[in-house]
Amino acid sequence: MTTDPADMSATPAAAATATAEAAAAHAEAVSCTGLTYAFGETKAVDDLDLGVREGEVFGLLGPNGAGKTTAIRCITTLLPVPAGMVRVFGHDAAKERMGVRRMLGYVPQQLSADGGLTGRENVALFARVFDVPRRERAARVDLALSAVDLSDAAGRLASTYSGGMIRRLELAQALVSAPRLLILDEPTIGLDPIARTGVWEHINAVREATGMTVLVTTHYMDEADQYCDRVGLMHRGRIRALGTPEELRQGLAERKGTDTLPTLEDVFRDIAGSGLDDNTGGGFREVRSTRRTARRVG
Amino acid sequence: MKSEAPAAPHAASADRALGKDTALLLTPPVPRAGWRLLPARVLAMCTVELQKLRHDRTELYTRAVQPALWLLIFGQTFTRIRAIPTGGIPYIDYMAPGIIAQSAMFIAIFYGIQIIWERDAGILNKLLVTPTPRSALITGKAFAAGVKSLVQAIVVIVIAALLGVALTWNPLKLLGVALAVILASVFFSCLSMTIAGIVLSRDRLMGFGQAITMPLFFGSNALYPVSVMPGWLQAVSKVNPLSYQVDALRGLLLGTPSHLGADFGVLAIAAALGITAASSLLGRLAR
Repeated sequence: MTTDPADMSATPAAAATATAEAAAAHAEAVSCTGLTYAFGETKAVDDLDLGVREGEVFGLLGPNGAGKTTAIRCITTLLPVPAGMVRVFGHDAAKERMGVRRMLGYVPQQLSADGGLTGRENVALFARVFDVPRRERAARVDLALSAVDLSDAAGRLASTYSGGMIRRLELAQALVSAPRLLILDEPTIGLDPIARTGVWEHINAVREATGMTVLVTTHYMDEADQYCDRVGLMHRGRIRALGTPEELRQGLAERKGTDTLPTLEDVFRDIAGSGLDDNTGGGFREVRSTRRTARRVG
Repeated sequence: MKSEAPAAPHAASADRALGKDTALLLTPPVPRAGWRLLPARVLAMCTVELQKLRHDRTELYTRAVQPALWLLIFGQTFTRIRAIPTGGIPYIDYMAPGIIAQSAMFIAIFYGIQIIWERDAGILNKLLVTPTPRSALITGKAFAAGVKSLVQAIVVIVIAALLGVALTWNPLKLLGVALAVILASVFFSCLSMTIAGIVLSRDRLMGFGQAITMPLFFGSNALYPVSVMPGWLQAVSKVNPLSYQVDALRGLLLGTPSHLGADFGVLAIAAALGITAASSLLGRLAR
């Protein structure tokens, strides 16, 4: 960041205020203010306020149909939102779409690697569309593949990969452009426990190495408990609870007056209450998409 | 903060997790701007199409069967019958450019199915979250369809040559043929992607695709000259880009009288309109 010469003559107090304001503006990787998105009469996201801090792993939790994916689609600019509602590192998702997209690495819920291409070609495509120059493309692609332990399988068609390998390949696709914010929509859905652990270990290793912010949606409460710095429990389009997994579990234990620490799932059931009814579970399309992904990963 | 800034400060742990030379994965690439963005995206999409064809040529071979049958059976039979006025050239020669155009169109017209499949597989959403304007993405996809159609057209040209069709081998004229095939495929693939943006499902698009391909084919000059058509069909032929493509191919490959200026003009305008229409409806697929 460059310093304007005019700022040099400002008083120390003014400079400190400006620094504090700048820090506050950039402390949040994602900021949603009153985010609302409706499909016809159905409000998928309803007046959502959310702040994801720079450098953290933030888990957006909730059952199918809670509005997690819609919120993610608004943040990733896939769905149009009014100006001022969504900001990514200070960039307005409505006014500065290209600027926002350049900072994102996105892994959608579906297994989105192209089975007709090799692992290396899949990653190279994203290097190209993020304008990685030809002279450093091969090196970047190899680094990204190496970061997810796919160097040996890079020359094989992605259609021959296991579900866990495809997820790691998608991670490499997202990493090749050095994103500041990695968004993962249900990254472990349908994977067996060992593959799930493998995917999370790679996410954590990359986060540790790069310091990037990670925003992840999941409905596996145990994963969120184990791997997320903070979580937001979402239900019917709104955040119902926000904090570290420890804080949320401790809070419920205190409310219930029990010595046994509840699970995150207990917290969620407590918050959602009788709201977990037949209407929960997502629409036909979402369930179909989830099942298709689960089927593809075997 | 500018997006050119490093993704994050270089951490010591980076070397452990990502290997020693991690700087590349911590530095976002410098964005292409202005006019250089579109050709870069088109090249990226065309490269993917060629890579897929290199890995699996089954589609190329199976799709060659139908045009080969048209030339072999329909072409040779009607050459004997001499029922269609062809301006003094054998009928199989006359219809060969029409079959080349048809086989290219059949590939392009079902390209919308691929974009719906990519939507369902999450590939489209992932591409839409890259710094690629929707018009550039559609243009890239459309030219990728053009490249695929061109490969198919080359196969059909070889088949036609093997069947004795007297085609030109003038490189400049062949370049013109390639341009006509690509421009027409851009239009037909965009027509398909536009319909995909309206109907949103593969099943419906299959129905639409089948409903429009035959009228486009038979409502053109691919099999017979416009002069033998009834008045209403002549009107259809006049607004059918396939007719202009066939006219250009016939003129370039066989040297028959044609209207190359008008043909390429119509094809270019049709391609531009197609890209505009498909781009404006791409957002519906993303929802």
